[in-house]
Amino acid sequence: MQESLRRNVFVRELLSENQTLRLFIITALIFVAFSLLLGERFFSVRNLQSMAVQFPEFGILAFAILITMLTGGIDLSIVGAANLSAIVAALILTRLSGDGGAGVPLAATIPLAMVAALAVASLCGLFNGFLVSRIGITPILATLGTGSLYTGLSYVITGGPAITTTQLAFIGNGTIAGVPIPVIVFIVLAIVFAVMLNRTSFGFNVYMLGTNPRAALFSGIHNERVLMRTYWLAGLVAGIAGIIFLARANSAKPDYGATFILLTVLIAILGGVRYTGGFGTVSGLVLSVLSIQFLSTGLNMLMLQLSGSSAAIFFRQFAWGALLLLVMVVNYYVEQRRQRST
Amino acid sequence: MSKIFRSNEALVAVTIVLLSLVIGLNNPTFFSVGNLFDLLRSSIVIGIFAMGVLIVIISGGIDVSFTAIGVFALYSTTRILKEFMPDAPIWVGFMIAAAIGLGLGMINAFFIARFKLPTLIVTLGTLSMFHGFLLFAIGNQIIRDVPPAMDQFARSALVRIPLERGVANLHPAILITAAAALIVWLLLNFTMLGRGIYALGGSREAAERAGFNVPRIQYFIYSFVGLLSGVAGMTFGSLARQANPQDIVGMELNVIAAVVLGGAQLTGGRGTVIGTILGVLLVVIASNSLILIGVPAVWQRVVIGLIILIGTGLPAIQARRAAQGGMRSI
Repeated sequence: MQESLRRNVFVRELLSENQTLRLFIITALIFVAFSLLLGERFFSVRNLQSMAVQFPEFGILAFAILITMLTGGIDLSIVGAANLSAIVAALILTRLSGDGGAGVPLAATIPLAMVAALAVASLCGLFNGFLVSRIGITPILATLGTGSLYTGLSYVITGGPAITTTQLAFIGNGTIAGVPIPVIVFIVLAIVFAVMLNRTSFGFNVYMLGTNPRAALFSGIHNERVLMRTYWLAGLVAGIAGIIFLARANSAKPDYGATFILLTVLIAILGGVRYTGGFGTVSGLVLSVLSIQFLSTGLNMLMLQLSGSSAAIFFRQFAWGALLLLVMVVNYYVEQRRQRST
Repeated sequence: MSKIFRSNEALVAVTIVLLSLVIGLNNPTFFSVGNLFDLLRSSIVIGIFAMGVLIVIISGGIDVSFTAIGVFALYSTTRILKEFMPDAPIWVGFMIAAAIGLGLGMINAFFIARFKLPTLIVTLGTLSMFHGFLLFAIGNQIIRDVPPAMDQFARSALVRIPLERGVANLHPAILITAAAALIVWLLLNFTMLGRGIYALGGSREAAERAGFNVPRIQYFIYSFVGLLSGVAGMTFGSLARQANPQDIVGMELNVIAAVVLGGAQLTGGRGTVIGTILGVLLVVIASNSLILIGVPAVWQRVVIGLIILIGTGLPAIQARRAAQGGMRSI
């Protein structure tokens, strides 16, 4: 009797209005489930460390999807923009300070490479913003097109192969007070986005525009300007992700991270961001990033253990797609329940 | 007169002529029968896919999973043929591939129509699901020794013209593309369903008020696209004489570029079969022949990106101008 009551309370909280709590429970459940299933292999300092250096790559990119989805749009060009900026940074590092380069001291080249990467990413973002807000192309098609354009430019610059440089490895492998630097970048971005979305007029305008563009316009919000800034920010975030790609992989190539678009969209939807715009939180997104990393590592270990074949890596590809659909269907039923109860 | 020039079809046709002239003047082989047949052969698969994507885009949706459906159908069909009926004629293979494509398309349709989910996100999910399942559960090795019927089909010719060196062949699979185009043309122009697809693209709410059963239309659209994609995938494998589970996926953008270039718009229920055929031709010429005028192959993705932006940008600018003009006249 009491057991079933407790279960009911638990289930109700799982389906409750409070999305952050719901996500927290889901994330914790995933973590506990894999710890029980896989034991030491999952629940160990070593595995936690290895997961910690993996998630910032796509976790950072997820902020770009968050902000564009909040306005009711999407940015499918972020991986292309990230790779393009990584390639520009790698090019500067190798040409100026690499073996047989111009011999410029690294202390000067590294900041230059980073600024150049962020500048390229900003241009990518501003171009998207221009196409979406001034020309009026649907965000899906505009960013599909620019994604191809940015990836294409990467191929034109490199001719295909990767550019290798270990000069940013100190960021990719480095730690501050025991915390990996990519994780610190992720945390800083989370704080910046939380403050920006909740405490600034720009954040307010983003939610307004996403909820009802017409109402936003009539209440004096410059929709075009807000959109421009949104896509610029998404580009900038992609640039930061690009630097992390380069620092982690020690190389930049045009086709890196092909699965990241799906993964970041999945993170946003799982994190409670509404694809029609106007609703989504940073805390939801962060929890969602963590659950995806737990799932990614856990599923991989589990599938390798069960099948033992190399095809296990393809199972994750299937699982991400299936999970995305599952989450949307669950959201559909939660929404229906909510509407019936009000 | 000015209306003709403003239509996308005319614009694309003029571009094709100009591009052909530029390429042909630089490299006269462009105008040879052999090259013409090569271009047509390259248009076969992308043309079949494009007919499906055209319907989706007219209805205001987008499908990025059709390539995964194509390769899934191709690879599974090849395995089925090899294991159970190695001597089956080629049309059996096409029937199986079409059935597999239809089944996968119905999965898309189910999520989109039943739960009213956004088409981009659903098909992003199913793209990964279908391709992942294929590689994980069905196979991830290239099949090179395809059944004899596929091999034979790859070598057949509709028209054979002897040249000084070798023979120029026109592959009969072009008839599949032609049939797909004809069916879609009839569907869009002469059936109530076709009206419904345009109405849905114009405004979902208006289509519902006008009495169209929107979920049923969506069920049809995505199932039909699946079927066409299955056929396109099988055609691809039959032309290539192999089933590679990593092929086809990644072609999405070329197909979408061709369709939007042909005047189909994600907003507003527009798009024609003629425009799409012209779009396919331009994309194929641009990606096959740029190298003939000295544009290196690495520029291909840039060109596809620009084609998408121009194809979507020009109508958007026109729409914006029209809206502003309307405001001024008030």
